[in-house]
Amino acid sequence: MFKILKYTLSDLMRSKWVYIYTTFYLVLTTALFWLSNDLAKVIISLMNVVLVLSPLIAALFATLYHHQSREFTELLLAQPVRRTAIFLGQYFGVAMSMSVSLAAGLGVPFLFYGLLVSAQVWNFATLLLAGIALSLIFSALAFYVALRTENKIKGFSLTILIWLFFAVIYDGLFLLLLVLFNDYPLDNFALGASVLNPLNLSRMLILMKLDISALMSYSGAVFQRFLGTAAGIGVAAFCLAAWIAIPIFGIRKTALTKDF
Amino acid sequence: MIEIRNLKKSFKKNQVLNNLDLEISTPGIFAVLGPNGSGKTTLIKCILGMVLPDSGQILFDGIPVMHEWQYRRRISYLPQIARFPENLTVSELLHMIRDVRQQPSHEQEIIRMFELEPFIKSRLGTLSGGTRQKVNLVLTFMYDSPVIILDEPTAGLDPVALIALKELIHAERKNGKVILITTHVMSFVEELADEVVFLLDGRIRFKGSVNALKSRCGEDNLERAIARLLKGECIPDDNLSGADGQGSAFPKTAGSGLKSQHHV
Amino acid sequence: MKYLFIIWIFISTACQSKGESRVLEVGSDSPFTTIRQAVHAALPGDEVLVCPGIYKEGQIIIDKKISITGQDFPILDGQNKSEVLTIVCDSVSVTGLLIRNVGTSHIEDRAGIRVRKSGHFSICGNILSNTFFGIYLEHARDGLVENNEIQGEALQENTSGNAIHLWYCNNIRVDGNRVGGHRDGIYLEFVNNSLISGNVSRNNLRYGLHFMFSNEDNYFNNRFSGNGAGVAVMFSKKINMWDNVFEQNQGRASYGLLLKEIYDASIYRNTFTENTIGIHVEGCARVNYKHNDFLNNGWALKMAGGCLDNAFTANNFVSNTFDLSTGSFTETNGFDGNYWNDYTGYDLDKDNIGDVPYHPVKLFSYVVTQTPESIVLLHSVFVELINFSEKVSPLFTPANVADHHPLMHYINWEEIQQ
Repeated sequence: MFKILKYTLSDLMRSKWVYIYTTFYLVLTTALFWLSNDLAKVIISLMNVVLVLSPLIAALFATLYHHQSREFTELLLAQPVRRTAIFLGQYFGVAMSMSVSLAAGLGVPFLFYGLLVSAQVWNFATLLLAGIALSLIFSALAFYVALRTENKIKGFSLTILIWLFFAVIYDGLFLLLLVLFNDYPLDNFALGASVLNPLNLSRMLILMKLDISALMSYSGAVFQRFLGTAAGIGVAAFCLAAWIAIPIFGIRKTALTKDF
Repeated sequence: MIEIRNLKKSFKKNQVLNNLDLEISTPGIFAVLGPNGSGKTTLIKCILGMVLPDSGQILFDGIPVMHEWQYRRRISYLPQIARFPENLTVSELLHMIRDVRQQPSHEQEIIRMFELEPFIKSRLGTLSGGTRQKVNLVLTFMYDSPVIILDEPTAGLDPVALIALKELIHAERKNGKVILITTHVMSFVEELADEVVFLLDGRIRFKGSVNALKSRCGEDNLERAIARLLKGECIPDDNLSGADGQGSAFPKTAGSGLKSQHHV
Repeated sequence: MKYLFIIWIFISTACQSKGESRVLEVGSDSPFTTIRQAVHAALPGDEVLVCPGIYKEGQIIIDKKISITGQDFPILDGQNKSEVLTIVCDSVSVTGLLIRNVGTSHIEDRAGIRVRKSGHFSICGNILSNTFFGIYLEHARDGLVENNEIQGEALQENTSGNAIHLWYCNNIRVDGNRVGGHRDGIYLEFVNNSLISGNVSRNNLRYGLHFMFSNEDNYFNNRFSGNGAGVAVMFSKKINMWDNVFEQNQGRASYGLLLKEIYDASIYRNTFTENTIGIHVEGCARVNYKHNDFLNNGWALKMAGGCLDNAFTANNFVSNTFDLSTGSFTETNGFDGNYWNDYTGYDLDKDNIGDVPYHPVKLFSYVVTQTPESIVLLHSVFVELINFSEKVSPLFTPANVADHHPLMHYINWEEIQQ
């Protein structure tokens, strides 16, 4: 697996799309620093972009990579290697190249602006970790979908739909339910629904770190109490890890039974 | 060496391999022929473990291949379409495959043969289709495997490379290898093949030498002989098909199969 | 030392004979060993000088016009059993004492220092620790409470007292005190014509400052931070609140400043930072808000019903999650010429006034008001989308709540003052 990963990564790290993606984050982060010297605000602005874009790009990139390397994958399948090694190697190659892009694109300007000495270093670390987790999750989901759907267009559409669901539709339904069942105690429902969606969970983790005053209101306090504890952080980490593990498990299973 | 028993495979409702039996026990060059959709590629992919059969057995050196991967050390495979990671160079790709296979290889010799030296540091994405096919050939022939499977090896090759390829195949036969080739180029078959394996409707309808095929069909020309096979005229051979050829319906794909064979 | 002291006694006795004050010293090596004895012996105008030491005398009632001065903070310990100083006479001053361990009582409001029905007192530079109620003024007038440090150990609201407690008072100055660890930092009820200034009130369980039924008072230059629910000013008229800082009052029902039933007040040059709600306004009329800074609050302003003729002029609203949320809002509350950092309009004529009005109520702030749990969707794509569409075509948010002259730049009102 590590051999496949190594070569996938060295292929992708020279891909122009990866460069474009990295450059985008570099420019965005630098521009935000340039426009605002309030680090907390920069992190919120970045958060809005990272939480939307990093899963989308990771998903699209994973799908694209899967379809582009289809023939080469067949060549690899004819080699004396385990099937799971090929697909997991490719998946981790894609996920890691996305993570490296994100880390470089966000990290370099931050280092340049002397982040390490600022109090925001942990907030930034949370943002970066959340971005990486989302890249891992959504590239795994996309990889799984791509493996399961022969049709390229169908695969792309389904992947975008999954992203759209988690990024927008989920929150819409969530809000609708909250408003409809306004008369009931909804704290635990809100907590559960947020933890289950990796995008919401990441957002809450970052906002909690940023100490947004509005979150200290009645319901925000419930979150603070939950995510403020070691157990809460444990549950959050477990959920994110599960979101990575479940599609990886799916990739493994599909890889073992699929015809190429 | 390779033994296939009662192999069945269907993709959704489409029965691609239908109780296929095949035994290859002697070295030589075997041309796997048949119209499009007759199951040639599926058969090869089954042998390589890329397609998992619904039922039946494939034994490689007496060992079932299902969910095995070590036996592929003894197979070299040339895929039909040569596409590689775009941003790797040729030498990195070779390095990668060597890294994966961990077997002694002699790629320099093959590189020289196909005059690939100038491209060795080029990125694969910048190479032409023919050059990529040469790289593909290098990856296949750089190992000393007892079984070599070539899926449309002539695609996109210039005449010089084609000659080099034929020489390679000849040399490997002399080394006592089993070489399976699928192709639509009948002259290639006539020139090289020791035996023809003819597939139709997911079954093997003929297995024997090129001459045996010609004489059975009463044709001097291999293409015509094959055309007659497709029409179901000289098939009945209970030893091979295991089923009656006369009564079987003609494959829907027969026409298109013929057309594709005439382009040579 | 002893020699000097004898001379001093002599001098003070001599002065006394001329109608001037004597000094009565209390200490283990002094003429008086207990404060109670010295107070008993003192005549009006005398000074009781308390030397360093620990005095466990229970409640001491001061019923003479004397001053009590501590030297290097002598400790008056209530042993968790009783009140310590009770002043029932005019013109008493208490300075430099350390009073501790009054002890919680469910029956009576014990205090470290109590002033009852007296005037012209001064309570300055004392340290009170763990005193249930710190300084308790009832029916007092014309007094000064200055530079005291009052730290409690309150754990629960219902078993704790206030650091400085004023009840039915008039013309009191509470200045430069540092209070914390009580139920309320400073509590005023039925207190008129008083000045609360320069105090620091932090980490109290309930309110940093609690203000009820009190009229014509001023509070200037105070700092209120990290209190359970912030500062509450209720049922009062003609209050001036200037130059105070309200910060980090965070919690489920927490605000920098709660205004309820306040009429004719002025709120100038205050800073509200990192509060869950900057100002919560309920049933207020004719309140002027000018030159205040609202920075990093959850809601800068939350206005419930019954607000009339309030004017918000030249305030800065910067980095608040929500600038404003309203219950029912009538047009008589006006926003004009404020700076809103969320303003995205333009200023073509370069007069530093935006050319399109700013609408401070976002749809999501309306949703959160209705369904508090939805706060967990803050900053999500969906919420940004509905906010945007609401901005383009308002359906739910009041269109008439607008600042028609939003400023393009932050108002540096400190500079304007000079």
